[in-house]
Amino acid sequence: MIPALALVLGVTLGLVLEPTVPAALQPYLPIAVVAALDAVFGAVRAQLEGIFDDRVFVVSFVSNVLVAALVVFLGDQLGVGGQLSTGVVVVLGIRIFSNAAAIRRRVFHA
Amino acid sequence: MRTQPDDDDERTSDVVRRLLTPRLRRVDLAVAGLLAVLGFAAVVQVRATQEDGPLATARQEDLVQILDELTNRNDRLRAEIGSLEQARREITSGTDSSAAALAEAQRRARLLGVLAGTVAARGPGLRLTITDADGRIGPDVLLNALEELRAAGAEAVQLEGSVAAGEQPASSVRVVASTSFLEGEQGGVVVDGQLLRPPYRFLVVGDAPTLATALTIPGGVVDDVAQRGGRAVIERSEDVLVGALRPLGEPRYARPAG
Repeated sequence: MIPALALVLGVTLGLVLEPTVPAALQPYLPIAVVAALDAVFGAVRAQLEGIFDDRVFVVSFVSNVLVAALVVFLGDQLGVGGQLSTGVVVVLGIRIFSNAAAIRRRVFHA
Repeated sequence: MRTQPDDDDERTSDVVRRLLTPRLRRVDLAVAGLLAVLGFAAVVQVRATQEDGPLATARQEDLVQILDELTNRNDRLRAEIGSLEQARREITSGTDSSAAALAEAQRRARLLGVLAGTVAARGPGLRLTITDADGRIGPDVLLNALEELRAAGAEAVQLEGSVAAGEQPASSVRVVASTSFLEGEQGGVVVDGQLLRPPYRFLVVGDAPTLATALTIPGGVVDDVAQRGGRAVIERSEDVLVGALRPLGEPRYARPAG
């Protein structure tokens, strides 16, 4: 409940404050958001399976974001930033899909 | 509160209940904070993508490629602009030359209009008034006077006469190349089908001294009129208005050749 409220609060703050993305963060923010989404879907799945752990979630969330940003940063330094960020998005997308499928099975039994 | 469920359904409802129960531990706050950051970042990113369009988030190599495409397109459009401007110049110069031709044609039309009597003319010249006391001034005298005037360089001529004998000249005829002089049945002169009665008056645009000299030579028009009992009066003027016009008739037989 509280996490859902916090999510809504974050969305509202973003809508109200209308901040601009700093130029240095621009390549990393979308990847970081996707990585965080992956962590959230994993957390929901774990919650439904009864194996959710707060600390694991916090650590996985932060490390997901940092690793994704690091990979993109390295890719940019190596000149393959575009391809690497595409790869990261694909991998995270696959994980999100599998997590969503597990959630679906758990909730709808289908 | 925490019971070990036997099957998935009970475990799921237990989970839902736990989710709905407020708990406040430090880790919960961290989870909530992370999710708030996620929502915030997602909204910011979506807004940035919508506001800046695709270019702001595009990578360097993509930007280079886009720039290349834009440069190529720019070159193509520049070439198109060049050819269109060339076409415009050609069209404009064509319009200019046809406008010049039109102006020249209008100038010639005005000049020819003076000759043909379709345009009023004014300029320095003289007025020649011929009175006819004895009724002996016939068309031959007027024709003679006209020939003298033409020989002296008259450029536009108008002949006026009164409607009834003795009155001021009231009806006028523009004298042109085809003008004819006939004797009227009961006096007077028929000029181009119009009956004029004395006194007659020529309005002439031309070099006044030359015209006057041509009229006053011994045995000339003035002498001739005097011998026939009339009187010819020459009045020079700096501004003679030859205002009588003729309709422009289509030649019935003559066609322009060449």
